[in-house]
Amino acid sequence: MPTLVSHPEEVKVLSRRFGQGAAEIDKYVELDGYKAVQKAIESGPEWVINEMKASGLRGRGGAGFPTGMKWSFVPKVSAKPKYVLVNGDESEPGTCKDHVIFLHDPHAVIEGTMIAGLAIGAKMGFIYLRGEYRYLLKIVEKAVADAYAKGYLGKNIFGKEGVDFDIVTQTGAGAYEVGEESALMESLEGKRGVPRIKPPFPAVVGLYGGPTVINNAETIASAPHILLMGGEAYAKIGSERNGGTRLFGISGHVERPGVYELPMGYSLRKAIYEVAGGIKGGRKLKAVVPGGSSCPVLLPDEIDVGLDFDQMGKAGTMLGSGGIVVLDETVSIVEFALRTIKFYQHESCGWCIPCREGTDWLKKTLTRFYNGGGNLKDINNIQYLAENMMGRTFCPLGDAAAMPTLGFIKKFRPEFEEYLKGVRTEKNFITTDELVGASH
Amino acid sequence: MSTVTNSIFSSATAARFDHLVTLYPVKRSALIPMLLYAQDEVGYVSDAVVAELAQRLDLLELDVRGVLSYYSMLRTKPAGKYNVQVCTNISCMLVGGYDILDHCKAKLGIGHKEVTADGQFSLEEVECIGACCWAPAMQVNYDFHDNLTTVKVDSILADYAAGRGKDVK
Ligand SMILES: Cc1cc2nc3c(=O)[nH]c(=O)nc-3n(C[C@H](O)[C@H](O)[C@H](O)COP(=O)(O)O)c2cc1C
Ligand code: SF4
Ligand code: FES
Repeated sequence: MPTLVSHPEEVKVLSRRFGQGAAEIDKYVELDGYKAVQKAIESGPEWVINEMKASGLRGRGGAGFPTGMKWSFVPKVSAKPKYVLVNGDESEPGTCKDHVIFLHDPHAVIEGTMIAGLAIGAKMGFIYLRGEYRYLLKIVEKAVADAYAKGYLGKNIFGKEGVDFDIVTQTGAGAYEVGEESALMESLEGKRGVPRIKPPFPAVVGLYGGPTVINNAETIASAPHILLMGGEAYAKIGSERNGGTRLFGISGHVERPGVYELPMGYSLRKAIYEVAGGIKGGRKLKAVVPGGSSCPVLLPDEIDVGLDFDQMGKAGTMLGSGGIVVLDETVSIVEFALRTIKFYQHESCGWCIPCREGTDWLKKTLTRFYNGGGNLKDINNIQYLAENMMGRTFCPLGDAAAMPTLGFIKKFRPEFEEYLKGVRTEKNFITTDELVGASH
Repeated sequence: MSTVTNSIFSSATAARFDHLVTLYPVKRSALIPMLLYAQDEVGYVSDAVVAELAQRLDLLELDVRGVLSYYSMLRTKPAGKYNVQVCTNISCMLVGGYDILDHCKAKLGIGHKEVTADGQFSLEEVECIGACCWAPAMQVNYDFHDNLTTVKVDSILADYAAGRGKDVK
């Protein structure tokens, strides 16, 4: 069971009900639950969208797209039914924040889904959880059933004539690529998780061909809080153009790993050294992967940066999923890069050649390199391969594999060179028999 | 009553499937959960499972197999009674994920995707399972075990072997 952590620097908006038994509907209601959605029903879709826009909330799934704007793109009139789709596929290595939301505050996800539905004129929402989250699916299923029993879901919700909303839960079965929004729609339609070509975008043609809003679970769970406190007040907590707070998962070599809620724009250095208690055992920091494994690595002298989408972009990396992975001086970057690419190679859906073949070659080359059979030219080859994947694929998974690889090569080239000389002697995390035989 | 005569599933599972197909705008949406629940009951996705699910959803068996081969949690061979899935992705690797995997291999005497001779345990190295802040982590029959040490793994495996382990199927 995930341990709940706490730190005085936290600003608890989204997490304020964590650890209080709010998975039980009565407790949730006691803690202001289902008030926001009733306010939304009374005030109407335009009010909801305006509050969401004012909040400056940006998608917590990784790309940081403004949520209010996303909702406003959905056509008012549509021949086909509209849908809300909650992305709880959470599979980006280093990320476990939605896990905590589903565990401690599943009704916030349900209420947020209803709010999104009201805003866009949808009568049905889906909450999709990765297949590994079976125990969380059960928690969410119970929460949905309890909401039906109270008349908060179904027909004439909260006794309001003509206001209907249904929620169905869905489970994946193990596939990172299914987290990509159009692949998620394919998966929900019972197909392989191969993404769709865009445009058309989901807001126009999404699930079952109907206009669809897809948001990350944390984004959706933020909506009730925003409506309760007011968009402007929420925006003020964060930094410029980055409203509110975010759940940051800090893992790896820190004293107090955990999921912490910090205001957007909070210092990455402070997050590591104060909130998470600094580097384990007082060792030296070597590198930080700041927002899940897709994000280019930062060096110790690059962490004086605010944790928001714009500042991280300026620092040459991404805020991504908010999963901060901390590496101390004992880590071999060659090995870390290999483990990272091994993941993307495994998860590529195989549709486009640059991604399918690129990740495979990167894995092969890095494997041989790691096993001591590499040469100097490999370093350039790895860089060349990764550069040629960038921007040449149907979905962003190709980039997600290439970007961190390029970061490792660019920032740790001397370590790759040194590795060739056999200078590096760190403990081997990956045993040779687990790796593909080097045939080239 | 099941809509399929001679269903291979228990009556509870058959009833669950009858209900599942009514939930979505399109019946096929029930396929992935059905595959998982079928696997939980049968132990793997057998030919008979494929045939019945295709029948229930008006799909070709080929459509079912196409989906089956895409998702990594679905398998076409039996796993052990207790399926041990150890994460070795980055956050876990940094704090000893591979030590945990190696320990499980030695303890159970099997490798990746293998089953013990008595059919009790199977072992798998898996990608991130969303427990990175409580790493190293593993799942056994969907139940999460985190902040692992080799000592803790021993007691978890002993619990399962004695039939005391948690199963959240
Ligand atoms: C390969 C890949 C995997 C993704 N995985 C997830 C995921 O697990 N959860 C998630 O919310 N978004 C994921 N995304 C982002 C989604 O495509 C989408 O942008 C997001 O769900 C939109 O929600 P938001 O605007 O609230 O962030 C992924 C994207 C890609 C390219
Ligand atoms: S980039 Fe990779 S995951 Fe995305 S569509 Fe292409 S092959 Fe599939
Ligand atoms: S890296 Fe192991 S649970 Fe995420």
